[in-house]
Amino acid sequence: MIKDITIGQYYKADSVLHKCDPRTKLILTIAFIVVIFLCKNFFSLGLMAALTVVSMLISKVPVKMFLKSMKPIIPLVLLTAILNVFYTTGGEVLLSIWKITIRDKAIFTAIFIAIRIFCLIIISSLLTYTTTPTMLTDGIEKLLKPLDFILKPFNFRVHTLAMMMTLALRFIPTLIEEIDKIMNAQKARGADLESGGIIERAKALIPIIIPLFVSSFRRAYELAFAMDCRCYTGGDGRTRMKRMKFSLCDLFVFLSFIIIFAGIVFLNIKFDAVI
Amino acid sequence: MTEEFIKFENVSFRYENAEDEPELPLALKNINLTVNKGELVAVLGHNGSGKSTLAKLTNAILVPESGKVSVMGMDTANEDLKYEIRRKVGMVFQNPDNQIVATIVEDDVAFGPENLGVEPDEIRIRVDESLKAVEMYEMRQAEPHNLSGGQKQRVAIAGILAMQTDGIVFDEPTAMLDPRGRQAVMDTILKINKEQGKTVMFITHFMDEAVLADRVIVVNNGEIMTDGTPQEVFSDIGRLKKVGLDVPQARELQYRLKENGIDLNGNILFEDECVKAIKELFQKKVL
Repeated sequence: MIKDITIGQYYKADSVLHKCDPRTKLILTIAFIVVIFLCKNFFSLGLMAALTVVSMLISKVPVKMFLKSMKPIIPLVLLTAILNVFYTTGGEVLLSIWKITIRDKAIFTAIFIAIRIFCLIIISSLLTYTTTPTMLTDGIEKLLKPLDFILKPFNFRVHTLAMMMTLALRFIPTLIEEIDKIMNAQKARGADLESGGIIERAKALIPIIIPLFVSSFRRAYELAFAMDCRCYTGGDGRTRMKRMKFSLCDLFVFLSFIIIFAGIVFLNIKFDAVI
Repeated sequence: MTEEFIKFENVSFRYENAEDEPELPLALKNINLTVNKGELVAVLGHNGSGKSTLAKLTNAILVPESGKVSVMGMDTANEDLKYEIRRKVGMVFQNPDNQIVATIVEDDVAFGPENLGVEPDEIRIRVDESLKAVEMYEMRQAEPHNLSGGQKQRVAIAGILAMQTDGIVFDEPTAMLDPRGRQAVMDTILKINKEQGKTVMFITHFMDEAVLADRVIVVNNGEIMTDGTPQEVFSDIGRLKKVGLDVPQARELQYRLKENGIDLNGNILFEDECVKAIKELFQKKVL
């Protein structure tokens, strides 16, 4: 089971979105999040939802995977939607029973919230499904590069941050394997990890966490040696094998998204807000 | 013509002691050693003999307390030359997990040349060549945690090959591997030395690996005990045994047979030699 885990949730496929530069995808994802909160009527929201569904389909990632990532969120969405139905004021009264009044605006708000959250989840999963963690960290590094100007006086670089992210991703599976080993070793010595209340179980974790920490420090020490031996001196003067290039593909995706975003904003202004 | 590659001159080294503890004994005492270009050197010794310390002194991870270590004439104690030295001598460590930095094999191999500021197209060529040399090219897109220990270690070797160093020091590269992984890594090490002409120094405590080298150095208690060809070093079995080292299995068999009055010809180190010698005895009807 542990051998099978993938870092992040990259899904290998051959699609326009997979070919895109990670920077394009990062920027568009952020833009999407901003635009979706601007939507105030059904026309703009509808277009937004359509855009989401279309991007999901062109990514060639099975819809099942999106459903899987949405599943744990459904109860939360339902709860917020229902609460909104009761607490929103304004609009026409549709129904009034005893002390509860339900207004049309409340229903709309609930629908809006549900659709917005689902769109957000799909779009952000899309980013991680179509981009490898390495590409993602490289993209973040490149995008945040201008921040070096501010960070420089503190002797810190964006590259350092990206390197830390890469190493963290690299060592997640290694550490999971390690935890497994330590747990088995402690079980073999009679450690009881499964019974007892929450506090007892938390206490039982101490003999696992301490060896894990010790070994992590040792690993970090060795890794630092190995990196130093490979002439790692930080981000300055470093080149990259994989150059990120904006391709025609990027231009196409970028322009289509921008046009759709513009359309959404237009529809938003053109028709009256319902919430 | 022999050209000096790594040179130890009267080198002594001591690990730093904690503040409230007494000074630690010398880990290495007065070492004099020259490794020439293109040599394949095995360093043998049991745990705590100082063999790993010896390796770490070669590329300025550690600097000697007294004496001088130089790589192609560059003093390792000179802080300014540190990275220049590491461009000449690469190092592969024992634990393959702790030397792989990237989440994809080819990205990891590219790490070294990227640090050296090599042009992207050139890095691509080097990465492909190095991965082919260690026979991991087909796995270039794999994630390291899905590889076996031997495969990971070969990726680590490719990472150093891509830096195009003149020599590589291996610090017990096979200690954490299964027999098959050990075999593959040893084959790769030999190939690097024979085909690419790189100077190789490997630390090991497996005798069967040491016999493959051109030259074997035995380290004991921080001192060089013997230094010579495998034939020479393994001729004096009693002495090796005294310092707690094994001898190659074939040699051991020859030794035991001799004790029982059966003399095998020659100085046997390898299995096939041993088989041949025993066959000869049968033919001569001695047995």
